[in-house]
Formats: sequence, structure tokens, C-alpha cells
Amino acid sequence: MNEMLAVFRRELGGYFATPLAFVFIVIFLFAMGSFTFYLGGYFESGNADLSIFFNFHPWLYLFLIPAISMRLWAEERRTGSIELLLTLPVPLWAAVLGKFLAAWVFAGLALALTFPMWLTVNYLGSPDNGVILAGYTGSFLMAGGYLAIGAALSAATKNQVIAFVLSVVVCFLFTVSGLPLVIDFVSGWAPQALVNTIASFSFLNRFQSIVNGVIDLRDLIYFISLIGVWLAACAIIVDMKKAG
Amino acid sequence: MRAEPGAYPAAGDGTGNEGSGVIASTVVHTSDSSPAGPLIEIHNLVKRFGPFTAVDRVSFSVARGEVLGFLGPNGAGKSTTMKMATGFLTPSEGDIRVCGFDVQSRRLSAQRAIGYLPEGAPAYPEMTPRGFLRFIARIRRLSGQDADQAITSAINATELEQVLDQPIDTLSKGYRRRVGLAQAILHNPPVLIMDEPTDGLDPNQKYQVRELIGAMARHKAIVISTHILEEVDAICTRALIIDRGRIVADGTPGELLARSRYHNAVSITLDTSLAEQAALLLRAVHGVAAVEEIRRGPETIFTLFTTVQGEADTTLVDHVSRLVRERGWQVRALYREPGRLDEVFRRLTRGDRSGQQTKPGAAA
Ligand SMILES: Nc1ncnc2c1ncn2[C@@H]1O[C@H](COP(=O)(O)OP(=O)(O)OP(=O)(O)O)[C@@H](O)[C@H]1O
Ligand SMILES: [Mg+2]
Repeated sequence: MNEMLAVFRRELGGYFATPLAFVFIVIFLFAMGSFTFYLGGYFESGNADLSIFFNFHPWLYLFLIPAISMRLWAEERRTGSIELLLTLPVPLWAAVLGKFLAAWVFAGLALALTFPMWLTVNYLGSPDNGVILAGYTGSFLMAGGYLAIGAALSAATKNQVIAFVLSVVVCFLFTVSGLPLVIDFVSGWAPQALVNTIASFSFLNRFQSIVNGVIDLRDLIYFISLIGVWLAACAIIVDMKKAG
Repeated sequence: MRAEPGAYPAAGDGTGNEGSGVIASTVVHTSDSSPAGPLIEIHNLVKRFGPFTAVDRVSFSVARGEVLGFLGPNGAGKSTTMKMATGFLTPSEGDIRVCGFDVQSRRLSAQRAIGYLPEGAPAYPEMTPRGFLRFIARIRRLSGQDADQAITSAINATELEQVLDQPIDTLSKGYRRRVGLAQAILHNPPVLIMDEPTDGLDPNQKYQVRELIGAMARHKAIVISTHILEEVDAICTRALIIDRGRIVADGTPGELLARSRYHNAVSITLDTSLAEQAALLLRAVHGVAAVEEIRRGPETIFTLFTTVQGEADTTLVDHVSRLVRERGWQVRALYREPGRLDEVFRRLTRGDRSGQQTKPGAAA
């Protein structure tokens, strides 16, 4: 536990030791704002809620989250510091979890800095703040899912660009797997059980229902276990790489 | 083994300003393994990368009080062996025990007992040495006063004061190496493994680090790799030469020197004006098998090899000095050679030729 916290603190501190954190947060907020207000036509919609804002999250995360996760392990491998980390008495799970949590907290911080959105809707009207809270929760969980996928893929390579591209592709598959486009394509030839399975993997469907204010325990379990599975994969990949 | 492990009976690690947690675990190490047993035991270690064998059946052990020097040409497998000993790479075959803990099955316990300076001294580039050492202290379960003390003494030992708050990636190569050294010795580990610890250091720092290793040696088992052969004589109690993954020599610096062609050869430095005459007379000295002549401007150095190579023959020096006295030569230097490590190294590690020559001999 101590070791996990030490890794977590170092990793989180690492974001702020370089301009990376600042640049990321600025881009994150800028993208969130411009998508919501210009593309989403927020003012024209006349709704005093944040559903338009949240609807863009999966698509923005698709590119922004792999930008965080790509360096998690690939960077350590490139600089050689992984040799240091793995020869310190740190249990593998502590290294994997500490790094992941640091990235997640960082993403959460960026998300929290969108609070002016929340202030604005409350100023303009009287939204259901419970639904908004649910939206933030769902968004945070989804970010965790993307990050866990990105962490595992980052462990597989020492090239951050490859890690980024792979993460975007895999995250994209997880995002769209519930869209009619995909379901129609698959249901043409696959058995119904497989179609349902594929659809159930979709971030989009689950996130949508959370944003609508329905926090289903199954959706929570889905995101948490998705994170768990990908982090386990991450640990296995790191361990396998020790064989050389 | 040569360091008489018995001389340091369960002295434990009472040396330390370590945190209570570390002391507790160190006590476990010493009671787990027999106190006189070696701290590092490596048996039949093999590492293959695909079809290529980087480390081929390497076995050795290091006891408390020993400083083992790892020598070998580039790509010999020194770093790979160290990476396996510290749990970074999984061996293809063989086993490694550190303080009695199997590095594969009890990785964390073994790693708690090890201080490791990896090749190239990797660190987190955006951190400052201060922040980095704090991080290491936290991982090593040192806290509060113990951590402060450990960090301060590591900083003092490696003379890092000036750069403490400068990001590591802006440090010069030598300072980066020192940060790596500070990190390795921070928790006062019983086992210290350092991959080229003096590479990139200035002469003062090299001296300093050798002194540091010498001072720590009594209480630890230390393994260093190096390409600097004088270092072997200066700090190692034992040296191991490895070539293409195999151990080709293992012994004290003295034993390695004894394998040199120059061991017990007699060198005499004379004025070059005497060279021609001296060459003839020296060749005729009783017991001389061959003479090597090196001309350096006004001086000429003759090296006389005895008939029986390497065998101690003090009479040769006597013969030569008698000749010098008879002739009334002005001698600039006259000494018996202890042997030349670079020559032994070259002979043992150069290509198949010497390898093929020594192997049948060793088998016979
Ligand atoms: N991950 C790897 N994959 C494939 N080959 C490797 C790997 N790591 C090391 N090798 C090979 O193993 C051999 C031994 O390398 P090692 O780094 O142990 O040499 P070394 O003795 O430390 O050399 P140097 O003096 O240059 O540091 C080299 O031929 C190297 O190319
Ligand atoms: Mg090396």
C-alpha cells in the first residue's frame, strides 16, 4: 500500500513537473467548451441542462485520454526508468495501480475544471443537479475505462505514438460497439448472443443511460470490472516483458 | 570466499540508520540464511534472447566483505546477468538467491536487500535529485527522521549538494550517475549491485566512489561491472572475466595477474644510447627466454621474460643488477613486473582463437 501511494504520488507529481499538465488541461477545457457551445449549439437548444456537454465526452475522450495514458509505461521503457521501478521492492499490482490512479485523478481534475459549465447552467436556469452529478460520475468512470485500456497498450510498447494509435483504435471499438451501425453489421451473420455481448460492451449505451440520470448498478459494475480486467492485462504484459 | 566470511559473523546490519521496518527485514535475512553463507548465490544462470544466448551457465557467489568485479568486452552479458540478479529479467534457466531469498519466487524480499545501479543510471528525468531520493526513501519504507538521515548521508557520500533542486534531465552525465549511486546506497543494503558505477565520472569522483565502495565493502556483498582495469586492482577482492556469456576467469586480482605473460618479467629502463649494446648483453643473461624492446625517445625499456613463463624467479633481477653494476650503466628504472591485467583480459576474451586454445587445455 505504501509503495502504491509512493508510485501514485510520484506519477501525479510528474504531470505537474512539466508543462504537460497545463497544456493538456487547456486543450481539454477548450475542446469541451467549443464542442458544447459551437458544434452542440448549446444556446440555441434552450435546455438548462448539460446533456449536450456530456454527449461529446466519449468522442473527446477517444483522443484526449490516450494522450494521457500513452506515456504511462512506454515512457518508462524508453528512458530505462522501468528497470529502476521493477527492481525496487514494489509489488507489480502496486506499480500498475499507482500509475493508473495517478492518471485517473489527473483526468478527474481536468474534468472537475469544467465546473464553470455547471455554474452557467445554474445561472441560466434550474437544472436537475442530481442528473448533472450522475453525468460527471459516468464521465469519470468512462475516462477510467479508456485509461485502463490505454495503460495496458502503453505497457506493450516503448513507442508512445504506437501506444497512442493503438489506444485510440481499441477505445473506438469499445465506444461504438453498441451503435446501430455496428449492430446491424454484426447481426447479419453472428448469432444473437454474440450481438448482445458486443452491444453490452458499448461505452456509449451505458454512458448515455447514466447521463440521463439513471445510475444502474450494472453499469457501474461494468465500468469497474472493465478497468480491473484491463489493469490485470497491463500487469500481465509488464510481467511478460521481463522474459525479454 | 577468500574474504573469510567467518570474519564478519552475523555482524548483521547494525551499521544502519535504517527505518525500523528495514532493520526488521534485515534481521530476517541474516537469520534466514546461515550467517557465514554467501549473500549472492548464482547457479547455472542462462539467458536466451530468441536463438541468441546472452548468458551461458554462469555460476558464482559473493560473500559479505567481498567486492566482485565483473569484467568482459561489450556484449559479454554483464548487464544481463545483473538484470537477472536484481529481478528485472527472468532467467531462462538457473537460479539466483540473494540473502537466501530466491529472486524469482521471493522477489520483493530479495529486492529489499539489494541496492541496484542499473546501466546508464536511469532516473525520472523531470524530477529533482531531492524529489527522486524522497521517492526512493518512501518506496524503501523509510520515513521521518530515518528518511532524512538516509537521504542526507547518501547526498554527502555522492556530493550532490549543488544540484539537489535541478531537474535530473538537465544534469551532466556524471551527476546523473551520482544520483543513481545515491539511490542505490540509500537504504544501506547488505547487497550492492552496480553496473559501471564510475562510468562518466571525473577523476576526483572516480577516486571518491572507489573510496566509498572500499568503505562499505566490509559490511556488504558488492558486485560492480567495469571496463576500467585499474579499478579491479584498486577495489575488487575478486574478479570475474566473462566473454560471450561464459565465465573465462575467476580469481583474485593477484591470481589474474599471475596468468599474465608479464608476470615476474623484469623490466629495465636504460638510456637509448646504451640500447644496442644492452640488447645483446641482456639477451645473454642466464634464464632469459625472450626480450622485448620498446624505444621511447631518450629511453629504452627492455622487458626480459624468464624461461618458465610466470614462475617466480627472483634470481633474474639479481642477474640483471649484477650486469648493470659490472657495466656501470645509468639505470632509470628496474623492476619485476606484477603482470598486466589488460593483456590477460585481451588474451582471454579475444575471438575464438584463444577460446579454442584454452578449452582443450582446460578439459585435459
Ligand atoms: N532485450 C534483449 N533482446 C535481445 N538481445 C539482448 C537483449 N538485451 C541484451 N541483449 C544482448 O545480450 C548480449 C549481452 O548484453 P549485455 O548488455 O549484458 O552486455 P554487457 O556485458 O553489459 O556489455 P557492455 O559492456 O557493452 O555494457 C548483447 O549481445 C546484447 O545485444
Ligand atoms: Mg553493460
